[in-house]
Amino acid sequence: MLKQMEGSVAVAEAVALARPEVICAYPITPQTHIVEGLGELVKAGKLQNCEYINVESEFAALSVGIGSSSAGARTYTATASQGILYMAEAVYNASGMGLPIVMTVGNRAIGAPINIWNDQTDSMSMRDAGWIQLFCETNQEAVDVHIQAFKIAETLNVPVMVCMDGFILTHAYERIDMPEQAQVDQFLPPFNPRQVLDPAHPVSMGAMVGPEAFTEVRYLAHHRQLQALEVIPKIAAEYNAIVGRDNGGLISTYQTEDAETLIISLGSVIGTIKDVIDDRRAGGEKIGCVAIRSFRPFPIAAIREACSKAKRVVVLEKCFAVGLGGMVASNVRMALATQPLPVYNVIAGLGGRPITQKSLHKLFDQAAADSLEGLHFLDLNHEIIERELERERLEGCSGAVAENILRGIGAVAASKV
Amino acid sequence: MTQLIDKKIGADSASGNQQVKFYQTGTYTVGNRLLDENQRTVQASLDRSNALDSGHRACQGCGEAIGARYAIDAVMRATGNQMIACNATGCLEVFTTPYPETAWQMPWIHSLFGNAAAVATGVAAAMKVKGKKAVRVIAQGGDGGTTDIGFGCLSGMFDRNDDVLYICYNNQAYMNTGVQRSSATPPGARTATTMPVGPEPGNVFGQGKNVPLIAMAHGIDYVATASVHDLHDLERKVTKAMTFRGSRYIEIFVPCPLGWGSKPCDTIKLARMAAECGLWPMLEAEYGELTASYKMRKPAPVTGYLKLQRRFAHLFKPGQEERLAGMQALADKNIAKFQLLEKGEQA
Repeated sequence: MLKQMEGSVAVAEAVALARPEVICAYPITPQTHIVEGLGELVKAGKLQNCEYINVESEFAALSVGIGSSSAGARTYTATASQGILYMAEAVYNASGMGLPIVMTVGNRAIGAPINIWNDQTDSMSMRDAGWIQLFCETNQEAVDVHIQAFKIAETLNVPVMVCMDGFILTHAYERIDMPEQAQVDQFLPPFNPRQVLDPAHPVSMGAMVGPEAFTEVRYLAHHRQLQALEVIPKIAAEYNAIVGRDNGGLISTYQTEDAETLIISLGSVIGTIKDVIDDRRAGGEKIGCVAIRSFRPFPIAAIREACSKAKRVVVLEKCFAVGLGGMVASNVRMALATQPLPVYNVIAGLGGRPITQKSLHKLFDQAAADSLEGLHFLDLNHEIIERELERERLEGCSGAVAENILRGIGAVAASKV
Repeated sequence: MTQLIDKKIGADSASGNQQVKFYQTGTYTVGNRLLDENQRTVQASLDRSNALDSGHRACQGCGEAIGARYAIDAVMRATGNQMIACNATGCLEVFTTPYPETAWQMPWIHSLFGNAAAVATGVAAAMKVKGKKAVRVIAQGGDGGTTDIGFGCLSGMFDRNDDVLYICYNNQAYMNTGVQRSSATPPGARTATTMPVGPEPGNVFGQGKNVPLIAMAHGIDYVATASVHDLHDLERKVTKAMTFRGSRYIEIFVPCPLGWGSKPCDTIKLARMAAECGLWPMLEAEYGELTASYKMRKPAPVTGYLKLQRRFAHLFKPGQEERLAGMQALADKNIAKFQLLEKGEQA
């Protein structure tokens, strides 16, 4: 059914269609409207046979989920930004115990400086935690991927993080084609785990494992991620067969067939990139893009294949490993290690800075001319940087970098009064 | 799942195939056979569950192993084996489940150090949603996992009044990691982080948390303190706790020979002495109100209890008289505050 709705509300409805049995929610740091929407559905009796639990922290939210999933309940929670850092210990624990929890991450920046706006550093901080990480371009994709996520998780006994850009998707109103309950029921059977906490069949879960088997346990976790490379496209096809939409899989491509310049990115910025590609295609440039939908497992073969005819690759990402560069780019470079291609790395959109078509055009001009540096920061204000570096040279090192910069550009002019 | 270890229980014990060992037959501790049937302890029954099987790796004289065995067996009897336990990281977790073995005879999960209460909330929610109302959930951990790192989750569970019994085995420090101070470490005690050096050796006075009182302040259904020297009382309190459907908290005093520098054979003796000098008040409370306390006729001086433990040895050195008196003052305060003296008796 076609509806005009906010991304968060759409995801809440999609999650409800998957018939979760336990939902844990901690509101701040910051949350989205997803758990609010689900809370209302449970309270109103529209989502039945579901326990909705308000907890005291993000750490508790996922811990409650660990308990409920271990006891055989289909479990969902959502988080973002500082919240996912606060639950980090439980994030690793959930995957280590093989619990098929589905968690939305409404991607936002991580402080300090405190910042509530969109980038993808939060999810990326957990990229190696053993979860499957799926990134969404649109709210329609988010709806479809959430429903698929439960099946992927329960097929593989691996938790799945569905990552969607905070504000840009979570708070945006778009047209959504919501699947019917009957379709979702046909696609997603009830959660039937192999082993649960049950007095009729007592098991001990979470035993201590020493050097004699720890490596094997970790290897098997990796093995399940490799299995996911086959399971994710298979489940996307199943979903497509029932619902009629091909939203899922490992990557999606746009105008890549003859592309000499390939842009690789993930999340909502793909939409903007496609618009810019259309403009440039009209001008005759051979340019296309690859959207990474599954960041974990990382689709090495699919990316290698997509880039096989390109002359250059530009990885544009909303996250940044300080002291190294892009997190996505280093993964892409690994995938392309055997292909002698220049891979340019562009850091963009940190802390909610808009990524405009104008900036992208300028960037792609430089890329086409192969004049980009290996690590490029989109729209970096060099004037601010130079002023702060100069001040540090004169006054010595200072801890309050962010505040100094803001004072320098007049954002806290009021404080001078 | 990482590692899942199938165990058979229930059926075997019910059919009498299980080998039953009576460690202290004839004593009141385990259940005098001369007592009426209904007065005997869980342990006196052939149908007891052996929740914590023999062969685990606790130290000699471990108070926690005794406390856990009696507490969980009591829960299993109260629920007809329909129970699930969630364990915090700590001694109890480590000595019971070294891969690929487990000493537990009931469904058991360990997740993290600080989240046992939240995991229990999740298991209880799953039982509710699955319609398994008969299956009861407990959480358990040491004092570090309860009063310090797990306190946020514990308080959250109390706040929601989730149907979980939380059992804290209090041995008054982080024993599993090498005897460091917790917020349950008593003043004066030597730990690896409160060494007996300087003008004020051992743990500082005037700090620490009393979690039973904090639990009462949440207004939860039932709070009790118990001890391994009175296992009959411990069983009774656990059994009573299982009659409530909200949050319940029981803190069990479990001496630790390793961390306390005491003889393994003195574990039960030390537990009794702590109660009889007033340093470990045995209380019960319902819905935030104190309902009962262990009564004594004449309190023993704290020195007898302290002297048997190397962690307090520095308090008996010259110049420490004031701090030793401070320990007695703590006991006296408990006696007055919780009315531990029988009527008509004076300290």
